[in-house]
Amino acid sequence: MHLATLVEMIESGYPDRVLVGGGPGMPLDGSDIGDTVRRGATTLAGYSSVVYVGENQARLPCLVLSAVWAGVPFVPLNYRLEDSALQCLIAAQDNSVVIADRRSASRLGQRATIIDDWLRGLTTSPPRHEPADNPDEVAILLHTSGTISAPKAALLRHRHLMAYLLGSVEFGSAGPDEAALVAVPPYHVAGMANMLSNLYAGRRLVYLPRFSAESWLRTARAEGITHAMVVPTMLARIVDHLGGATAELPALRSLSYGGAKVSERVIRDALAAFPDTDFVNAYGLTETASTIAVLGPDDHRAAVAAEAPEIARRLASAGRVLPTVDVEIRDEAGEAVPLGVRGILHVRGDQISGEYATGSLLDAGGWFCTRDQAMVDEDGFLFIDGRADDTIIRGGENIAPAEIEEVLLGHPLVAGACVVGIPDEVWGQRILAAVVPASGATLTAEEIQSTVRERLRGSKTPDLVVFRESLPHTETGKLLRRVVAAEVAATKPSLVQS
Amino acid sequence: MSIIVKPGTRLHSAVCDGQLIVVRAPTEPVELTIGGVPALTAPGDAAEKARQGHDGGTAVGKRYTDGAAGTIELLCTKPGEGVPALDGILLEIKTPKPLPASD
Repeated sequence: MHLATLVEMIESGYPDRVLVGGGPGMPLDGSDIGDTVRRGATTLAGYSSVVYVGENQARLPCLVLSAVWAGVPFVPLNYRLEDSALQCLIAAQDNSVVIADRRSASRLGQRATIIDDWLRGLTTSPPRHEPADNPDEVAILLHTSGTISAPKAALLRHRHLMAYLLGSVEFGSAGPDEAALVAVPPYHVAGMANMLSNLYAGRRLVYLPRFSAESWLRTARAEGITHAMVVPTMLARIVDHLGGATAELPALRSLSYGGAKVSERVIRDALAAFPDTDFVNAYGLTETASTIAVLGPDDHRAAVAAEAPEIARRLASAGRVLPTVDVEIRDEAGEAVPLGVRGILHVRGDQISGEYATGSLLDAGGWFCTRDQAMVDEDGFLFIDGRADDTIIRGGENIAPAEIEEVLLGHPLVAGACVVGIPDEVWGQRILAAVVPASGATLTAEEIQSTVRERLRGSKTPDLVVFRESLPHTETGKLLRRVVAAEVAATKPSLVQS
Repeated sequence: MSIIVKPGTRLHSAVCDGQLIVVRAPTEPVELTIGGVPALTAPGDAAEKARQGHDGGTAVGKRYTDGAAGTIELLCTKPGEGVPALDGILLEIKTPKPLPASD
């Protein structure tokens, strides 16, 4: 199936319903979008890709869907990249049309068309009536966040994204009063999925150009937002901004979060700050066309209320895998392991792309190796320990850094924590914890070590502790362990010895 | 009249403006009708009249399947009067499995 079908459906299903609100030339209902997209497609047809450099904005859905209708891959780039990195990614797209917001366009010179001008010019552009219809063509090309290595260009074909929509969203399921706040940037898979699934459900899209806790709360209030999706750093900042007060957003029915590991403390604080809101944790990767597992509102409530540790710990799980996705946990030899045993998460299904510009990584059976260390419990709840590549092997024992970080983040005076393995002649690797103390707090290495020793077994106690003012993250909140590890490697071990 | 359809095939109606798209289909030819009249794989002029019992109407976004057998699934992309049927038996609306909004 092709994403152009989505355009036809919102046209015939929501002709008079406002689907995109806010900003000049808005709002747009289903008919407006259909008309704009046909004209927009005429201007984009013939190019090999449509590159977008800029912030989130209400003009985006028409640009993306015009590219879809024309059958031209849409390539959103991270506008925060340095000029040279950005130019390099643009140069990699042959025969592309570059569209940018005003601010980014000024950096790109003659090469870019400002999105406002593009949209305004469409009134004189003739409509292209026939939609593209090859489901095997690339719909969206996204650069993965590159926590392990350099960013890779992941390819999402029309059939992957349509499979995701058909498998997880019901057309027309949103009431006419519902509105979704899009805060995740367009170059992130969640930003793209957020747009497509809300349009399909019939929910009005409201865009937040750049995130701050204050502007998010203000916009949610002003626009009567009923649904929102955030990445963990955003959730942590909102909770921080509220400082123990409740959010006062009675209209907000659903708040979903995902995109990186979130600390259990942040979730518990968030649940208290949004007492009337349903929480959803979504787990997915760029290569899986967004969400593949969901921890729903009832799961959250059950985990918070539970006394039994095996239920309570589900608050930190990724929930249950979608019925349309097959899952297998495999050991290092590639053999499937039973429920409750840790291994590497493999997934298969119509929405799983597992493909990069350099080739497909799907195995002969169609499985994609996520490189995430994971476990599925007896009731089907998926627990993600972190990237397999981050696993520390100390004296032959596999240690997931995320588990130690979670313990450290539970300490009231710890604002940030990053655990990495550093080379050691005796142990193979030893455990180093880089800790950011809460503002004004003083901590000692011994306090950090005893905090871990009290909760986890002795072999997981950090051998070395360093204190830092901040930790490097990707824009969407993923901790960049490899950067911390590289910085430590460049330092003399004697300086970091606790 | 049997036709071969596959995922992505667009089906037009000879009795109305309705359109459906094939989500899942058997590989062998199928006896598919819309409004009781053979489904078309190209736009027609909707000159026929819907047969009685096949005129209950379709709704955009609804998925039509042959129930428990689940051999065929059609997604309505444009509503119309004619209801799809396989071998003369009306397809049913598939009940959605409720999933929380994840994005």
